[in-house]
Amino acid sequence: MTEKTLMAGNIAIAEGAILAGCQAYFGYPITPQNEILEHLSKRMPGDGRVFLQTESELAAINMVYGAAAAGCRAMTSTSSPGFSLEQEGISYMAGAELPAVIVNVMRGGPGLGNIGGAQGDYFQSTRGGGHGDYRLINLAPASVQEMMDFTMLAFELADKYRNPVVVLADGFLGQVMEPIVRRPPVTELPDKPWAITGARGRAKNVINSFEMNPADFPPRVRLLFQKYEAICQNEVRFESLELSDATLVIVAYGSVSRSAVTAVKMARREGIPVGLFRPTTVYPFPYKALTELARHADNFLVAELSFGQLIDDVRLAVGHDKRVALVNRYGGVPLHADEILAAIKEMISQPVGR
Amino acid sequence: MRLETPEFDTVLYHRPESLEDYPLHLCPGCGHGIVHRLIAEVVDELGIRERAVCVASIGCMVNSYHYFKFDGLESAHGRAPAVATAIKRCHPHLVPFTYQGDGDLAAIGTAEIVHACARGENFTTIFVNNAIYGMTGGQMAPTTLLGMYSTSTTGGREPARSGYPIRVCEMLSALDGPAYIARESVHKPSAVRKAKQAIKLAFRTQLAGLGMSLVEVLSPCPVNWRLEPVDAMKWLAEHMLPQYPLGEYKVIEAVAALKKETDHA
Repeated sequence: MTEKTLMAGNIAIAEGAILAGCQAYFGYPITPQNEILEHLSKRMPGDGRVFLQTESELAAINMVYGAAAAGCRAMTSTSSPGFSLEQEGISYMAGAELPAVIVNVMRGGPGLGNIGGAQGDYFQSTRGGGHGDYRLINLAPASVQEMMDFTMLAFELADKYRNPVVVLADGFLGQVMEPIVRRPPVTELPDKPWAITGARGRAKNVINSFEMNPADFPPRVRLLFQKYEAICQNEVRFESLELSDATLVIVAYGSVSRSAVTAVKMARREGIPVGLFRPTTVYPFPYKALTELARHADNFLVAELSFGQLIDDVRLAVGHDKRVALVNRYGGVPLHADEILAAIKEMISQPVGR
Repeated sequence: MRLETPEFDTVLYHRPESLEDYPLHLCPGCGHGIVHRLIAEVVDELGIRERAVCVASIGCMVNSYHYFKFDGLESAHGRAPAVATAIKRCHPHLVPFTYQGDGDLAAIGTAEIVHACARGENFTTIFVNNAIYGMTGGQMAPTTLLGMYSTSTTGGREPARSGYPIRVCEMLSALDGPAYIARESVHKPSAVRKAKQAIKLAFRTQLAGLGMSLVEVLSPCPVNWRLEPVDAMKWLAEHMLPQYPLGEYKVIEAVAALKKETDHA
């Protein structure tokens, strides 16, 4: 199973869904993720799975809600404007504790923006995004292999916690092609005795996020937050590169972390001790690991494809007595390694203290 | 002595098995309770309680899944047809129906019901039209009549400002997807009986796999119409029936054949 196949990021997501046993996909075309929908339109029906191109992202997310309630592994994929439209439905799923996977191949924004890759939906995705108190697990792939692997992991975590999980990718990752290893398919899906399958030989099942009496609702929200605490305890994921002697730490996730890897190599070649800290879950965010790093490193350079969103979490983790700087691009254009290298040099040339 | 009479053998009006003994939150004189009962009776008579799924919506019917003794779930405002679409496609043996009001189906959820109909999804929609927003306290609905008072058209609905009421059955019957579309009412006992027949035919349409079935039910809302319950029934007959004529709007041949079977039986 180590033979490699050349695959585009979007196709790897679609194939990851197939491998994870996704039983129902609903989606509405939006660039730069159309290949997921197109690919699944061919793959799903032949396999006895449900595929439906919907009239809108509103319909798509509510069909995902219905399929998830019916006990199926369900997914939709979209890009930023569509992700905004889906927030209400995602909030309902979080409230009703329904497992589902939402792929957001982020593009430039706000508004219509453009179809280039971006990371401007970070706050929206990591803080809940819709109305009310809730959180979503967010997995942030940085390669085509991870597009497949994290999609599969997303289904697993969604079922484990009965919570929606977001695969937070971007347009560059969606379009790029890389050789990847195809994973073995998931063969056993978990039992879902709570699902809507017909009240045959059991009491009826009800799925909702509503209590007529306001006093009955806080206990439900409390249960959600106990679940999120468990997620923060068990599911934090990150990757480190050259951090043992680094005095400057780049923090980056997703496609831009690839530029950061190159920047680390370039800096090291020039004798600058730089490392990379890459969260692969941006919720739960690896605060503890980053706080730990701040004991040894004084400079944190945040590289992101947004106006300055990831940097807030980095500041929360390292505190205000550390230097935290931002190197970024936004609105749908990439950030190159030489730009990150220039930012590294500028940061270390500044005297310590402010 | 009389307590020993076989009263329980002669009860003609049982609580249907599919209807829970659950406190109703509906107002006195509301038509929703009648419609709920009709659905429960039909589900019992068709023997589908273990396959039925109530896809509730937002509005006065928000608690529907608590009133029925079969699986049920909430759906976001207007999106019940999307939820039912997924449930039916994932589990074709289930018998999902959406229970939606006029604001839910004909305002915020217009796109979802139109496209479910256009796709010819094989589920059933019970659409309760009382020409007003009930749960939020009596604002104008998409089906509010011209000249009708609501808390957001206090001078009466005037088309230049608030547009015209939507005739849902007429609009949806223009599509190729639906198999059965009818409008009935619950303002008097004979109408209730006809409404039940239509609801039953709608479910039978789904059971036969013939495609989308929708029954609009005109229903009184005495509290928000600011009328006594009996006056509300009369008002419905006088004002709603001319705007929303009762009858069948779409009956494909296969459904007509189903209906004939019943007539002969």
